[in-house]
Amino acid sequence: MTTMTTLTGPVLVLIDHHAGAVRPPTLELLTLARAAGDVTALWFGDGLDGALPLLAEYGVTSAYQVVIDSPVANAMHLPAVAAEAVAAAVRQSDAALVLLTSTFENKEIGVLLAREIDAGIVVDANGVTIAADGAVETNQSAFASTWNVRTQITTPRAVVAIKPNSIPAEPAPSSAAPGVVTVTVTPSEDALRTRIVERTERVATGRPELAEAQVVIAGGRGTNGDFSAIEELADLLGAAVGATRVATDEGWIEHTAQIGQTGVTVAPKLYIGVGLSGAVHHTGGMQSSGTIVAVNGDPEAPIFEIADFGIVGDLFTVLPQLSAELRARLG
Amino acid sequence: MRIVVCVKHVPDLQSERAFDAEGRVVRVGGEGTLNELDENALQVAADLVAEQGGEVIAVTVGPADAADAVRRAFQRGADRGVHVVDDAIAGSDVFGTAVCLAAAIRRLGAEARVDLVLTGMAALDGLTSMLPAALAAELGLPQLTLAARLTLADGVATVRRDLDNATETLTAPLPAVISVTDQINEPAFPSFLGIMAARKKTVEAWSLADLSVDPTAVGAAGARTRVVEATPRPPREHRVLIADDGDAGRRLAEYLIENKLV
Ligand SMILES: Cc1cc2nc3c(=O)[nH]c(=O)nc-3n(C[C@H](O)[C@H](O)[C@H](O)COP(=O)(O)OP(=O)(O)OC[C@H]3O[C@@H](n4cnc5c(N)ncnc54)[C@H](O)[C@@H]3O)c2cc1C
Ligand SMILES: Nc1ncnc2c1ncn2[C@@H]1O[C@H](COP(=O)(O)O)[C@@H](O)[C@H]1O
Repeated sequence: MTTMTTLTGPVLVLIDHHAGAVRPPTLELLTLARAAGDVTALWFGDGLDGALPLLAEYGVTSAYQVVIDSPVANAMHLPAVAAEAVAAAVRQSDAALVLLTSTFENKEIGVLLAREIDAGIVVDANGVTIAADGAVETNQSAFASTWNVRTQITTPRAVVAIKPNSIPAEPAPSSAAPGVVTVTVTPSEDALRTRIVERTERVATGRPELAEAQVVIAGGRGTNGDFSAIEELADLLGAAVGATRVATDEGWIEHTAQIGQTGVTVAPKLYIGVGLSGAVHHTGGMQSSGTIVAVNGDPEAPIFEIADFGIVGDLFTVLPQLSAELRARLG
Repeated sequence: MRIVVCVKHVPDLQSERAFDAEGRVVRVGGEGTLNELDENALQVAADLVAEQGGEVIAVTVGPADAADAVRRAFQRGADRGVHVVDDAIAGSDVFGTAVCLAAAIRRLGAEARVDLVLTGMAALDGLTSMLPAALAAELGLPQLTLAARLTLADGVATVRRDLDNATETLTAPLPAVISVTDQINEPAFPSFLGIMAARKKTVEAWSLADLSVDPTAVGAAGARTRVVEATPRPPREHRVLIADDGDAGRRLAEYLIENKLV
């Protein structure tokens, strides 16, 4: 049925990791990469030894651990430096396709990398396939998810950044421990003109990362700063908590919780938005969610135009009742 | 301070946006507008020039109606405006656009030093956020992206930015390419005087030949990606809208359980 087509070289996957653990969207990349070719993993820094069995389980056959040789603080976090290092690995492995998770950092790395290796690039994709003629093709949604677009990369090498929650991650049918090669890369002087003088990693909230969560509950101006009903439901469902720009501008919740065109893009299985109107800037960042639920006091609120289940009501009565009912029924 | 601000003409967010049969964004007359995030970049430039003196030059790359973005930049304080326009540019990818912008900026730089190149963090049509870094690389300048705060002192730019998992403070020597977020300022509405003054200004149109850019390096000819298919998504089906008459929370619980969403 399916035509077997091959790339001219392996697929290089950039492994996002934090505190010794591989970030969940990376497993989606590995699942996609396996269908396209031989999978080579690449990561920066150390502390990932414990995750090697997981990488093997998802089909990684070889791996590069990149060490940046520079006295400059945080050098490996500079996008220009990272792009040079990945480019070196592409040349060494002769990779035909590079996959990254579509975060702001990775998009910047990706475009600099693509320029360096003469590759075409697509970001914010939710799928990648190899066409009959061996060309890399991507799927992505456009215009606040009102359109589906298929794009072909016409260069021999391709760089594709994939959005989290694009596909279910699945382990490989069989696996073997990958060989890990340490590559030391010395950044160019140009790449070090930008410096990171301070970098503060965000403290974990104990909840799933917003972009990666399967369930997201978002609050807006209508919360009036009281997120307790949202947090209660989030605790119950293991959900991430998001917000509109109004709520983050008011300081009710940290800026990193902002969902939308200038914040985080989310595509969970379930999105519940309460006390928010559904401005295009916000919906542009959540419209590809699986099921959209909205609670708003105003029947004319635009969020109802895209909601699968809309409730015209007061969030402060609907949410506690929902939590109580779910607690009773789910035990 | 001589500041170049890159401005883009994009379809209005509130309008019905679409692709044509060639997979290009439909640009219907009158439905386009200045990319909102470029207003933040123009405001940064206007504030810097108000403080330190200098000149703001808006530059756009795009088809004929894209000149509108430059005119709107005039209303927001740009002293001068350039429109890189040429039939061969149609279908450019990020690298083609960067080549055109860089050529225009180099030409401006040949007249007098350009100290700073500002862009928005993303164009609200494609939302790729790729252009700023591509442009910096094309110009051979350092880049500082996603600036939520910006300060300039002694020829060095310092930027604070929020990433998914970290907050960073970055520095780079000028000239640099800096992209700004909507956190950086609150763009002022164009003043009556600004609108009147804008009417007197003319947009300078530069072709690829004017910039000595090889037409095959840009446009569809030079693009490394090609849209092969664009289809509108079907609207969501089976939508439910209820008014809370006392048990909406319970009905929602029922819906979530029934659809295996929890
Ligand atoms: C360049 C730019 C970028 C932007 N980027 C983003 C972005 O990334 N993300 C984003 O979210 N916004 C963004 N915005 C802002 C956006 O345009 C809207 O202003 C914002 O999303 C509105 O937030 P809101 O829905 O919370 O507030 P509002 O629009 O004021 O809506 C509040 C809603 O709450 C309802 N309500 C009030 N009380 C209750 C109650 N007790 N129970 C139920 N419902 C209640 C009201 O009926 C109303 O519909 C951006 C704006 C600009 C200009
Ligand atoms: N065609 C263009 N002409 C001028 N500036 C552009 C163009 N495309 C993108 N930009 C600038 O680059 C920023 C980011 O756009 P993008 O990378 O396309 O999301 C925008 O906010 C603009 O400042």
